[in-house]
Amino acid sequence: MGPLIPNGILTGNWDFVIALLLGIAFGFVLEASGFSSSRNLAGVFYGYNFVVLRVFFTAVIVAMVGLLYFDYFGWLEMDKIFILPTYLTPMITGSVVMGFGFIIGGFCPGTSYTAIAIGKLDALVFTGGLFLGIFLFSEAFPLFQDFYYSGDMGSPTITDMLGISAQWIAFAFVVIALAAFWITWIIEKRVRKNITPYKF
Amino acid sequence: MKKHKIKNYPHYINPYFGGLLLGILIIVTVYITGRGLGASGAVKSAVVTSVDVVSSSHAEESAFYSKFISDDHSPMYNWLVFESIGIFIGGLLSGAIFGRIKKFRVEHSPKITSKTRLIGAAVGGILFGFGSQFGRGCTSGAALSGTATFSFGGMIVMFGIFGTGYAVAYFFRKLWI
Repeated sequence: MGPLIPNGILTGNWDFVIALLLGIAFGFVLEASGFSSSRNLAGVFYGYNFVVLRVFFTAVIVAMVGLLYFDYFGWLEMDKIFILPTYLTPMITGSVVMGFGFIIGGFCPGTSYTAIAIGKLDALVFTGGLFLGIFLFSEAFPLFQDFYYSGDMGSPTITDMLGISAQWIAFAFVVIALAAFWITWIIEKRVRKNITPYKF
Repeated sequence: MKKHKIKNYPHYINPYFGGLLLGILIIVTVYITGRGLGASGAVKSAVVTSVDVVSSSHAEESAFYSKFISDDHSPMYNWLVFESIGIFIGGLLSGAIFGRIKKFRVEHSPKITSKTRLIGAAVGGILFGFGSQFGRGCTSGAALSGTATFSFGGMIVMFGIFGTGYAVAYFFRKLWI
């Protein structure tokens, strides 16, 4: 049955309305979780606030397990969903550069949009930086065009690379995430002396 | 004192509940569109559009810009652009509900000046924008949605961003703590 748009169940005319609605939900969750503050985000690297790790890992394990159930029930054809391609060396390089950008700038692109919405000028400057960074990349593209396309491995899944089934990968992520939640809670308690536990 | 503290405490939702909502949102997004969420793609569309408006011959000759230019519609007529406008509106809604929309301000550690924070934000933004092109996406599109859909490349980007963050955090600690 799913994915709905690639399978022609929802027609293309609804694309942009759906994009807007999904974006609103995304922005709402990011802001409501505290991702509109660079100091909250940077806390994950210094042990005083692990909100990034909690939200990120919970989302990953919920999505992984949920997608596997959708596949199992026959609601979603997994071979029709987009798998991000792998260009090994440029992607390692790019992620290292982004890591520096994260620790120096305190935001990532999506979170900076929500921070602009509540009036953070540092987020506005960060987004201006994004524009400039992508512009510089595009102008300099001929210099590293070959590198950009190097390490092309197609679109492998983790299963393709490791030979471990998706179910076990998801299970491993769940176990690692739960361990990480527990360990980071102990670290955060030590770093922030008078922190109150989260309540539902 | 206690009352004062409660008043200034930002009312964030429980992070595990936030993560649950975000995970469900990824499932819904993949179920409807066949792919995950993104963010940096919208800025790329804005860059391509700006260059195309200023000098369309330059854009058409470029091996990079030309990939995203089409004759029948503007590069802004793109799924990720609409989604990113949504991210902004969603942030606005949440900020309004939880009372976090205030006048324009620069948030920074008390140990640094606003100017230092803004320079950091600009430099960080440039690096993030630059890196996102090699990474085929940013934290949303590659690290989060990529990993959630079991993409090997997505997982590489996730470990790369957070691993680098931890590896170099010590050198930039004065910006934050």
